[in-house]
Amino acid sequence: MPSLKDLKNRIASVKNTRKITKAMQMVSAAKLRRAQDAAVAARPYAERMTAVMAGLAASVGASDGAPRLLRGTGSDQTHLLVVMTAERGLCGGFNSTIVRLARARINELLAAGKTVKILTVGKKGREQLKREYGRHFVGHVDLTEVKRMGYDTARAIAHDILGRFEAGEFDVATLYYNRFQSVIAQIPTPRQIIPAAFEGAAQAAAGYDYEPGEEAILADLLPRGVATQVFTALLENGASEQGARMSAMDSATRNAGEMIDKLTIQYNRSRQAAITKELIEIISGAEAL
Amino acid sequence: MADTMQFDLVSPERRLASVAAREVRIPGADGDLTAMPGHAALITTLRPGILTVVSAEGTADYAVTGGFAEISADAVTVLAERGLPKAEVTSAIMAALVADARAARAAAPHHMVDEAVKLLADMEALGTQIGL
Repeated sequence: MPSLKDLKNRIASVKNTRKITKAMQMVSAAKLRRAQDAAVAARPYAERMTAVMAGLAASVGASDGAPRLLRGTGSDQTHLLVVMTAERGLCGGFNSTIVRLARARINELLAAGKTVKILTVGKKGREQLKREYGRHFVGHVDLTEVKRMGYDTARAIAHDILGRFEAGEFDVATLYYNRFQSVIAQIPTPRQIIPAAFEGAAQAAAGYDYEPGEEAILADLLPRGVATQVFTALLENGASEQGARMSAMDSATRNAGEMIDKLTIQYNRSRQAAITKELIEIISGAEAL
Repeated sequence: MADTMQFDLVSPERRLASVAAREVRIPGADGDLTAMPGHAALITTLRPGILTVVSAEGTADYAVTGGFAEISADAVTVLAERGLPKAEVTSAIMAALVADARAARAAAPHHMVDEAVKLLADMEALGTQIGL
């Protein structure tokens, strides 16, 4: 049975924790708004880009002249997994769900005898994967210093990936990130970026003239397309992180409230018990006289 | 036929402009071109240069680098990797762009040298055009 003093201290400490989680929740809510705005603002570019590229890809097809970024290297022996996570924890299952998805894929690829290379973006993913798959790591991108997710960050990452592709380090690249659906739902999503894959049948952009030729435009656009997809993934991930943190902190705040209630009842009961005990002692002392 | 068309200038981060334009002058990779309402459908890549939009509110100039333009009879959409109103381009930004192009030129693999050299030249020409 804890003493009254102990209970009082615990209540005070849980109250402090609740203040912190409440504050974190509110900060995340503000950041989420900004992250969502950024994701929405970036959408027109990505959509147009994908539409035009899909149209071009459909008309150039898998001909021999098609750029390697579209056609692929002709093999799928070496896979590069770009695992995008957050820099910080305390955001519920956000990091773990991505890592779990990536890990399942890694094991599947390894079992199939493929070579796996891992590039992590964000500290948390590296920490979780390092122990098990340390020898597959080829790089890590640190975003701790990035205050505002800009296109330049995405371009740097894309540049790194493209450089490795040019050097023949891998055949297939896939991004792993959390797609933002709502504050309570973030969906871990794999997205193949090299060779470029377009979802849904693209209707060929018929009737367009191309200047310079279709293949030249495609060759120019594909690297930009990789950067755009990385950027989209970064933004979606950013919004998801804040959403996940917000709901995690919301439930933490609620739990702290429940705990305070429980401890307060316990505190009151023990206080009452102490008073009753003292009264009994006084009364029985008086009766003995 | 309508005498204006929808013009959108979009960068990866946000939509920079969306107006009803009478005329858009685009720095295409194969040469400058002017799109007016009723232009034949065309997709062209951009070289670094000045994009001019003439609309009811007057003329607006943007410095754009990289990307492409999609032109149809009633709309022009320009997707630029970087786009800035001309007035906002400072010599510091310009210097950074030229330095980037120069670095790309230095790092370009053998078969890409020509393109990198052209990019650098275009970038420098853009600076001269703005008058920095």
